[in-house]
Amino acid sequence: MSTHDYLRQRFFPHMWCPGCGHGTVLNSLLRAVEQLGMSKNEIVMASGIGCSSRISGYVDFHTLHTLHGRALAFATGVKLSKPELNVIVPMGDGDALAIGGNHFIHACRRNIDITAIVMNNRIYGMTGGQFSPMSGVGINATTAPFSNIDREFDVVKMATAAGATFVARSTTFHAQQATDLIKQAILHEGFSVVEILSQCPTHFGRKNKLGAAADMMQHYKDITVPIGSSKKKDNPDLIERGIFVQEEAPEYCREYDKIIEQAMKG
Amino acid sequence: MAKKKKLKQHHIDRDWCKGCGICVHFCPKNVLELDEMDKVFAARPEDCIACKLCEIRCPDLAIEIETEEGGS
Amino acid sequence: MSTQVKFVQGNEACVEGALYAGLDFFAGYPITPSTEIAELLSRRLPMAGGKFIQMEDEIASMAAIIGASLTGHKVMTATSGPGFSLMQEALGYAVMAEIPCVITNVQRGGPSTGIPTHGSQGDVMQARWGTHGDHAIIALTASNHQDVFAMTIEAFNMAETYRTPVILLFDEIVGHMREKLEVPEPGEIPLVERLRTSVKGGVNYHPYLPREDGRLPMSDFGDVHRYNVTGLYHDMWGFPSSDPDVVHGLIRHLVDKIENRTNLLARYKEHHLEDAEIVMVSYGSAARSALHVVKNRRLRGERLGLLELQTLWPFPKDIVREKCANAEAVVVVELNMGQVMQEVKKAVDFPERVFLANRIDGVFITPMDIRKLLRLIQGKGV
Repeated sequence: MSTHDYLRQRFFPHMWCPGCGHGTVLNSLLRAVEQLGMSKNEIVMASGIGCSSRISGYVDFHTLHTLHGRALAFATGVKLSKPELNVIVPMGDGDALAIGGNHFIHACRRNIDITAIVMNNRIYGMTGGQFSPMSGVGINATTAPFSNIDREFDVVKMATAAGATFVARSTTFHAQQATDLIKQAILHEGFSVVEILSQCPTHFGRKNKLGAAADMMQHYKDITVPIGSSKKKDNPDLIERGIFVQEEAPEYCREYDKIIEQAMKG
Repeated sequence: MAKKKKLKQHHIDRDWCKGCGICVHFCPKNVLELDEMDKVFAARPEDCIACKLCEIRCPDLAIEIETEEGGS
Repeated sequence: MSTQVKFVQGNEACVEGALYAGLDFFAGYPITPSTEIAELLSRRLPMAGGKFIQMEDEIASMAAIIGASLTGHKVMTATSGPGFSLMQEALGYAVMAEIPCVITNVQRGGPSTGIPTHGSQGDVMQARWGTHGDHAIIALTASNHQDVFAMTIEAFNMAETYRTPVILLFDEIVGHMREKLEVPEPGEIPLVERLRTSVKGGVNYHPYLPREDGRLPMSDFGDVHRYNVTGLYHDMWGFPSSDPDVVHGLIRHLVDKIENRTNLLARYKEHHLEDAEIVMVSYGSAARSALHVVKNRRLRGERLGLLELQTLWPFPKDIVREKCANAEAVVVVELNMGQVMQEVKKAVDFPERVFLANRIDGVFITPMDIRKLLRLIQGKGV
């Protein structure tokens, strides 16, 4: 199959702005699914609310467009009730980490076999450019007109601390790497988190004078390095890309099967 | 190592392309340009090395590089 | 297997009813006074091959059961006031996306944390209007354990029939009281199973196109039909739409599928209504005291009757109006400030003769409390 066979092509062109990184994330995700040779019927995509969450409408899987921040909770019900399904949950940064922060850490903790993709554009795009928990200090946003004083999260550190057994990061510039990481995340048995830095030229870019979409992607190239790069020692502000955590741990659905086995013995 | 793939054709969906210019900016051989409608086209296809960087980064999923081996 | 006789709490009767109805997925978060439901199901569900999960909060619990319903399971969550407040968001989603599910609210005193270990019936209006936007909802209640069992089964049957969330509005008093329960043999009480589409793979399936009988056949996630589920207004394929005709059509469908069946959905019990001069209208634990008063005063020749409501929403206004038509006075007995009384006033022709016998202090209303009001109405003084 070609990647386009996984799309609901009648809804294209999509609703994202020109140059929006979310389209590239969709592109990377479809390549991962295609390279793994997955069938459309075995995938459930659950998403929340926001620009990122519209991704579920564009893919020809079983799709569940849920509530702001709650996608992982819905997905947990889907996965536990039918573990043979592959469940992919793309989320925005505000979606995953502000309103959905509690669901996020508990999904990590449970180690249920779900693939979470955080499409991190550091802004609430759909509502018009308010700062998110990922914006960081000094950023301009429509709700931070005098510059932002809210400190940001590190998704990778948070997912790791909460117990996710696969944690990775890439960017829309590194689309090939993003595809590879998503593939590995899907194959990983347990809760996996892939953070993808994704540009919002319309709100984040414009408010912070970061140029066009391509300039913002170029910036991702400049500010990131592969994990363990010596450049990071000289410049601690560089953001690492790659796989931070990849470990085996009991997966929730399998553990629950053992509970059933035990309970049925009486 | 697999044989290097050669370009057969750029498939560009003009309806899907929003003219963001990402593909133009990052093309290592300067093959692509935006036309007067802000839609991408292959201005110098003969220079294309079929690296597919445009295809995999395109946020509009509007570009497909067809290669001689039939790979896409 | 034959009929099993048990001596149980009301919360256990709910569990027995849910399992009888075919519950096989439960998600919940501990909260008094509903916790026994989760505790029992954490043991009983895996014993029957079903699944139990304790989520991080009630928001997630409600979300998880919706997810599990979409893969084809009969699902439930259980909570009390504060948790029910958190569930309102996803409850609205279940209404909008037409997801069969059952939400049990074992009511305690509110607002806020209120009075967790005491009974109340203060969530009647929250069940009706807790989630935002116009919508219709089904809510059932019961006053004794046999009826808790029966109404729980009804809740699952209605949820599956109408593709809708159904709320079980019990209360702490019934939930924690112990009395006899007879669990009938499997098959004795009819069950409604999920209606699945007969449309074959590759053929256009419309998850949101009602059949002539109003039912919407479903397709489980993972089966051959891939469609979209959303809390946005959507077309017959489940894709978002803001077309005025689609929006109007959907809201009408969501409301009409329930409101137009008000009489069909009405469950109630009558006690001595035939010649009653004073009709009491009550439900849940409060109806136990009301029934006691009816039986007691009938022995003394007083023409008292009781209409015990088991369906609270959609409010059975025609039935209330009909049963109260010949009454000189109507007394609504409930553990709140008159939430059902207001509905009764709207239903009858003589709202000025509708009175409220209530308690709102966390204490169960006694027959004596009701008698005091009746004496006033009857002109017998305090």
